[in-house]
Amino acid sequence: MTTKIDVGFVIPERVVLIDRQMLKAYADASGDQNPIHQNEEFAVSVGLPNVIAHGMLTMALVGKYVTDWSGGTASVKEFGARFIKPVIVPAGEKVDLTINGTVTEVSGDQIKIDLVATSAGIKVLGMAKAVVIKK
Amino acid sequence: MLAPDSVGSTFAGADSISISQSEIDAFAAVIGETDTTSAPPTFTIRISLDQFQNILTQPEIGLDWSRLVHGDQKFEIFAQVKAGDSLSCSATIESYRVAAGNEIVSVRSDLHRGAELVVSSWSTLVVRA
Repeated sequence: MTTKIDVGFVIPERVVLIDRQMLKAYADASGDQNPIHQNEEFAVSVGLPNVIAHGMLTMALVGKYVTDWSGGTASVKEFGARFIKPVIVPAGEKVDLTINGTVTEVSGDQIKIDLVATSAGIKVLGMAKAVVIKK
Repeated sequence: MLAPDSVGSTFAGADSISISQSEIDAFAAVIGETDTTSAPPTFTIRISLDQFQNILTQPEIGLDWSRLVHGDQKFEIFAQVKAGDSLSCSATIESYRVAAGNEIVSVRSDLHRGAELVVSSWSTLVVRA
């Protein structure tokens, strides 16, 4: 049985925890070794409050939220976001990335989703949207 | 400052970039993805950003990569990237402006597998004042 998805459908919220270890793993997996994502002294020296997560790590985690709902990595057709605020990751802490999604358009087999991502109550992504073909 | 006459230019990247299963596995592991038969949707950023860096930091273009932050990112995915793929990458500098001393560059990346367009992506990169 296929469940019909209507506009306004709310995808259950997910909270992912991000720590320095995850930033190191993402740096190695993505090749983005910018020290603002690993070295606190450097991050502060360039005017940041602390080490920040890669915007693309945040986006990858939101992507995982989307693909878990839509039926796997192959289901995403479009995915975009603006990086409006950093996810700040102090040493020894796990910070939240809280993700919500709502269906805004259903057209044929394509479903458009508006996504909201916050950390410590602050919105970190703007204009975050995905288009998927749900399996 | 970015050289103004570079806006609109398209650059061909390395002839081909081979995608290995271990690269996909490592990227998937960070986000908790266990199905690695195809790459997660944002995987190709590792290819595109690397190429943007190579192009934009050439002396004749002159972007300062050390003060760069990522402003926004968009992907259009036409086909899945899988281990064993050999991809060619071309990058285009679509626009450049300076606002409040920040340099804002929009770049596009097109990844092809042979003649097939696999992923197009757009990145806005900001060099902070």
